[in-house]
Amino acid sequence: MAKKEYAFYPGCSSQLRGSASNYLTSVNTMCETLDVKMTPIPDWNCCGASISYAGAGELSRHVMNARNFALSETHLPGQDVVATCAACWLGAKETKQKLDASSQLMAETNEALKEAGLQYQGRTEVRHMVEVLIEDIGYEGMAQPVVKPLEGVKIAGYVGCQTNRPFGIAGESFENPLYLDKLVETLGAEPLTKYEQKVTCCGGALAFSEPEKSQKQIKDIVESAYDHGADVIVTPCPLCQANVEIYQSEINRRHGTKLDMPVVYYSQLMAVAYGATPKAAGLDGHIIKPKKLQEIAVKVVPVDLDQRTRRPRGENH
Amino acid sequence: MGAPGEFNLAALARYGNDFLAEVEERVEEGEWVKMCMQCGVCAGSCPFGPDWEHSPQKIFMMIRAGKRDEVLASDSMWMCTSCYNCVVRCPRKLPITQIMHGLAAYAHRLGLAPKMQPTRRWSLLFWDNCTKTGRVNELKLTLGLYFMDGIVAGFKQAWTLRNIGLGMLLAKRLNPFELIRGHECKDKAGIHRMLKKAAEIEARKRGFAKP
Ligand code: SF4
Ligand code: SF4
Ligand code: SF4
Ligand code: SF4
Repeated sequence: MAKKEYAFYPGCSSQLRGSASNYLTSVNTMCETLDVKMTPIPDWNCCGASISYAGAGELSRHVMNARNFALSETHLPGQDVVATCAACWLGAKETKQKLDASSQLMAETNEALKEAGLQYQGRTEVRHMVEVLIEDIGYEGMAQPVVKPLEGVKIAGYVGCQTNRPFGIAGESFENPLYLDKLVETLGAEPLTKYEQKVTCCGGALAFSEPEKSQKQIKDIVESAYDHGADVIVTPCPLCQANVEIYQSEINRRHGTKLDMPVVYYSQLMAVAYGATPKAAGLDGHIIKPKKLQEIAVKVVPVDLDQRTRRPRGENH
Repeated sequence: MGAPGEFNLAALARYGNDFLAEVEERVEEGEWVKMCMQCGVCAGSCPFGPDWEHSPQKIFMMIRAGKRDEVLASDSMWMCTSCYNCVVRCPRKLPITQIMHGLAAYAHRLGLAPKMQPTRRWSLLFWDNCTKTGRVNELKLTLGLYFMDGIVAGFKQAWTLRNIGLGMLLAKRLNPFELIRGHECKDKAGIHRMLKKAAEIEARKRGFAKP
């Protein structure tokens, strides 16, 4: 199988010792196993996310995204830009759509980019890591390297908003996207398909400015996971992960609840199932320890690890 | 974007009482407002629904009714979490999220947005933080947020949330050294020039005063 190559747009929160640095660690581990090469866009910049609107203005936002596009076109020609952060992905996709649709906006964007010595040709494709997994690797491809099926782990798939709306993942519905559940199943764990807070908004960036209102959302999201007997919540979005994990102690303090539900990324589940150490799966980066996953990660399985890379892959690889 | 109040008043005069026309020309995606058919679907979509004094549906109605001051001084748009619930449901495909952000940003530009609105201040802090070096400095952002209401309130807030901050440090997800030197883009200067240009173009296009 030819190595798959992408222009990586990691996003600020994934940087070394950032709030989602363990996301990055697990993505790297996962990609190594899947023979996917992610090359960070040289000197990529932050997109500003949805929340910066009061300070940003329309064109500035597009220009920030277009700078990343221009850099990837120049340095990593032909490669799709892949984001791991839902907000980065959404912002970049929105810009791409707008620029594709308006030659005037494109001209204005390039007028601004020129100040940084750059030009955007309009060729960039923007994708989320989850799309790469589903569309380019496929569920079968994701299943092949599994050496430690996550047997007996009950997982609530929390998709949240921005990976789901307004673009979403092709072939999935906005009300009940199934890809996280399918992925959980692929890894040998048990998806809680009736989990009804799957696409509830956690408050997003307003968790900081409107903490009480957001924590009400988060409380629902976590309590419903408990109701369905979840051991852990899994999410594709770094902000969802941070919000839903770190505010549980605040909610407990305010409401006298005893929430203690671990929240992990899909890439961590995959890394563990692929035999990674707790550290390589980013499991050391949690305030609420994902105990069940840690137990599996430290377990030694009698498997010849070299063998799995030599195993024949699916036809489409 | 310029400081609040910094505005070309002469350019505003020509709208007279036609607030809809003003929104169409000056607010991001404002040209969509007239497409709203008042079906009410979006009104039940917002996660912070009970805290919106006027739902998006109502805001669109108020714009058409020329209720300029009421709309621009409203706290409601600032309740938007960018969840896109409304957008995927709206039968007329209005980019409601962007219009909410656009109205909020426009109100801020005019100096009419509620001064103490926490999301307004958070939004400005975020943009400032991320454009300074091209990348978000999470520690300064967090501290800036705590100390938004002044030094005493800041320490109180940091103390209340100390377990979170401490936990993040222990989990190696908050870097104390970001205070001195955080992540940044190499071409900071280029980014600043590019953003200055973008602000100029936008001001020219929408008839705003020079940034
Ligand atoms: S969405 Fe967040 S993490 Fe991603 S680039 Fe923008 S600000 Fe940074
Ligand atoms: S669930 Fe929360 S963090 Fe995740 S995308 Fe939605 S608003 Fe953002
Ligand atoms: S995106 Fe904003 S306006 Fe739309 S439903 Fe969510 S909170 Fe409401
Ligand atoms: S859903 Fe769309 S058409 Fe219906 S009231 Fe809201 S904006 Fe108007």
